Amino acid sequence: MEAAIDVERITKTFGAGKDKVVALNDVTVAIEENEFFTLLGPSGCGKTTLLRLIAGFDHPSSGVIMLKGRDISQLPPYQRSVNTVFQSYALFPHMTVAQNISFGLEMLGKPKRYIKETVSKMLALVKMEALSNRCIDQLSGGQQQRVALARALAPQPQVLLLDEPLAALDYKLRKEMQFELKHLQHETGITFIFVTHDQEEALTMSDRIAVMEAGRILQIGTPRQIYNHPAERFVADFIGSTNFLSVELLPAKGPDARLRLSSGMEVRVKLPDGMVPSGRVTAVVRPEYSQLLADPGRKGDLQGVLENIVYFGTDTHYHIRLPDDTTFVTRSQNQLEETEAFRVGQPVSITFKPNSVQVLRN
Amino acid sequence: MLVLAFAASGPLLIVLAYSFLRAGEYGGVVWTFSTDAWFNVVFHRDIFDETVTLAGAHMIILWRSVKLSFFTMLTTLVIGFPTAYFISTRPRKTRSLWLFLMTVPFWTNLLIRTFAILEVIRNEGLINTALLLFGIINEPIQMLYTDFAIMVGMTYVFLPLMVLPLYASMERLDFNLVEAAYDLYATRYQVLRRVIIPMAKPGIIAGSILVFIPSLGAFVTPRVLGGGKKMMLGNLIELQFGAGRNWPLGAALSITLLALVMIALLIYVRTTQHHSENSR
Amino acid sequence: MTAFKNKRTPFSLKKQPGFGFIAILCFVMLYAPIITLIVFSFNAGKQISLWEGFSLQWYVSAWHNQAVQDAALRSLVLAVQASIYSTILATMAALGTTRTRPFPGLTTIYMMINQPLMVPEIVTAVALLSLFAMIKMATGYQGLIYLILAHTAFCIPFAYLPIRARLEGVDLMLETAAADLYAPPWKAFCRVTLPLLWPGIIAGAMLAFVISLDDVVITEFIKSSGQETLPTYMLGQLRRVISPEINAISSVLVSLSILVVSLFFFIDKKFGK
Repeated sequence: MEAAIDVERITKTFGAGKDKVVALNDVTVAIEENEFFTLLGPSGCGKTTLLRLIAGFDHPSSGVIMLKGRDISQLPPYQRSVNTVFQSYALFPHMTVAQNISFGLEMLGKPKRYIKETVSKMLALVKMEALSNRCIDQLSGGQQQRVALARALAPQPQVLLLDEPLAALDYKLRKEMQFELKHLQHETGITFIFVTHDQEEALTMSDRIAVMEAGRILQIGTPRQIYNHPAERFVADFIGSTNFLSVELLPAKGPDARLRLSSGMEVRVKLPDGMVPSGRVTAVVRPEYSQLLADPGRKGDLQGVLENIVYFGTDTHYHIRLPDDTTFVTRSQNQLEETEAFRVGQPVSITFKPNSVQVLRN
Repeated sequence: MLVLAFAASGPLLIVLAYSFLRAGEYGGVVWTFSTDAWFNVVFHRDIFDETVTLAGAHMIILWRSVKLSFFTMLTTLVIGFPTAYFISTRPRKTRSLWLFLMTVPFWTNLLIRTFAILEVIRNEGLINTALLLFGIINEPIQMLYTDFAIMVGMTYVFLPLMVLPLYASMERLDFNLVEAAYDLYATRYQVLRRVIIPMAKPGIIAGSILVFIPSLGAFVTPRVLGGGKKMMLGNLIELQFGAGRNWPLGAALSITLLALVMIALLIYVRTTQHHSENSR
Repeated sequence: MTAFKNKRTPFSLKKQPGFGFIAILCFVMLYAPIITLIVFSFNAGKQISLWEGFSLQWYVSAWHNQAVQDAALRSLVLAVQASIYSTILATMAALGTTRTRPFPGLTTIYMMINQPLMVPEIVTAVALLSLFAMIKMATGYQGLIYLILAHTAFCIPFAYLPIRARLEGVDLMLETAAADLYAPPWKAFCRVTLPLLWPGIIAGAMLAFVISLDDVVITEFIKSSGQETLPTYMLGQLRRVISPEINAISSVLVSLSILVVSLFFFIDKKFGK
């Protein structure tokens, strides 16, 4: 089955000479149909640029963009069956809610009856039936956002692009909208490409995530894959929090690699693709996959001194100082009757399952 | 777009060309190259004995133009500054009313306003009638057809041109800074001199330019209020295209006027740069 | 930024001594002559110093004066045409000069558009006269078209400014959104940009209208004999015996100005954000 959107070797540069900025560097990704796909990354990583290229607001410097097998790289935006929900909503201020929603359909020359029906359907979809004749400047932020959604969905595009649409909403509203967006995507079956810098948002909503940085895609995977098996330092650091360990790669005995931690513990791990096994590398372990034990623990466990106990309500974080002067954090969920088993300053050992160790490419 | 560009620059180039031609018999030009016009701007060749003297009449007119324009600018500044300040310190609701009152004269015909001043200044006019009525004087004061009259007229006509940019600049005035100055023991005068005026500087510059430049080229006001005797550069130019039948001279004088304007602009640009460098 | 005022310390932050007085004086001085003018247009007698009773005779005689009618009509025709043409051109100019990436020559074009504003009117008048004189000699055509062209030319910057100001306030994203929603560029312009720009265009047209109507210098220079507009007619009259007819005509024009300025303020309040 062909992908909804194929981005092949896209590069985009701005400016020339010493002012040259490479916004996208040889980016390739295939986004499937009926998928909620998220482009995740910090400001300036190129995610919005990529979105704009897919929408048609700009041309790639090189590379090809395909929509369901058709090359749309040079098509203007009004000839692409792709619609955008803008970060600032960009609603037409001189039109009512209903007129905004019907705009795309009018431009496509759909018959009047069809337009009317579709507009009512859209209004029902975003729960704004009562406000159909309201002027845009009388709407709240959340309401404007829904109108923007309805407007972009009305022409039934093959792909819907969303450029950080929830950024301007307050926390509670944002959480609500996250559910609604996910629900909408299921109901309509349209491919959603979502741009955000909020990793929590990406993890909760997406079918798949592409983590981007400095114009490149670092890793693509499901939320679970990205979270549990980050392949790059940036991904591990950007998503959730993690502990970095400097480890030594031993010559392989069999299909998997072996590494030795500073404590002597030996672990069998799968290396990420394209990685050449040699020398010292970095491995990561998530705080919640590790556990604290009072000394002496088992042979091979990491040893250290408990530096800090931080109570978070739902869980407790323990900060342990390791012999090489780095800090390791473990997390444990709080139970109702539990009293604190550890004291600051106490020598402790850290244990974790071997398969929670993840090796990074860099 | 290009059409506009040519439309704008074309005529000016023609004027430049004209200034180097010879005058035609009935006005218009004869297409022979001559620097007579430029010569005549500054000098005067006596037709009888061929002596060359400085064109006294022209010089007087030039000087009058510069002098009157300058004083008009000063007067409008002195009157306009408090007025603009006043408007900008009115509460929001009444402010538009004051602005409206200031804008209406601005959009009223130049000629009408000059005529209004004429009615006020002339011997049978408002001021003289009032003064005679109250017995303050016995004979009407001759105000019309003097340099003074022209200056009054120009001040009257160009006043809104000074007030409006001043207002625009003062509107952005951050009164927190004024408050801070008072907090630091400044007197009202010091606040005015060292906080308000410097912050209003862009408006002062803009207003001054907007008054000075049209004043230099003023034509209607000097004609109506100065009679035929007190001419300014504008009138002199017009004369060449009318009764004087010396188009090239008129063209040369226009270019001279333009040059004066450029010089004035340059001076202003220099002073602003100078000041903004100083204040760093 | 409220003036700190209470009963004990009436210190006003914004008050400067004497400023209020000068300002009020200024307004009085600004309006006194005009008001006098208008008042005496209703004077039954000819002298400004003698009030001889209320009369509308000057308005009547001005109305019936053939020369006045002729000039007034010409002024109106000129102003309407000039405002239409200059507004159209100014709109195109505004669209071309804002929101594009600065290309070389942009500032030059910008300056050229605004040239009539930066140069004394008489220089513009001389320049246009020279141009038209050449054309006149070549073609021998003497019609109204030169005046129309001249007025259009110097009205353009006046129409341009409010249109441009309005255009800059229109979110560029809106046109992008329209394109995203399948609108080709000209449709996006008609359905999105133009409606939003409209108040600016109206304002520009009104400004151009008033400027054209009021113009004295350029019209005086360019006109062929017999082509009087209202202001040039009045200028001519001022050289002779001044009849209060002039007052009457002036009053009418002043009321027109007031009307237009009021409209202008009204539109600004309604649409300005």
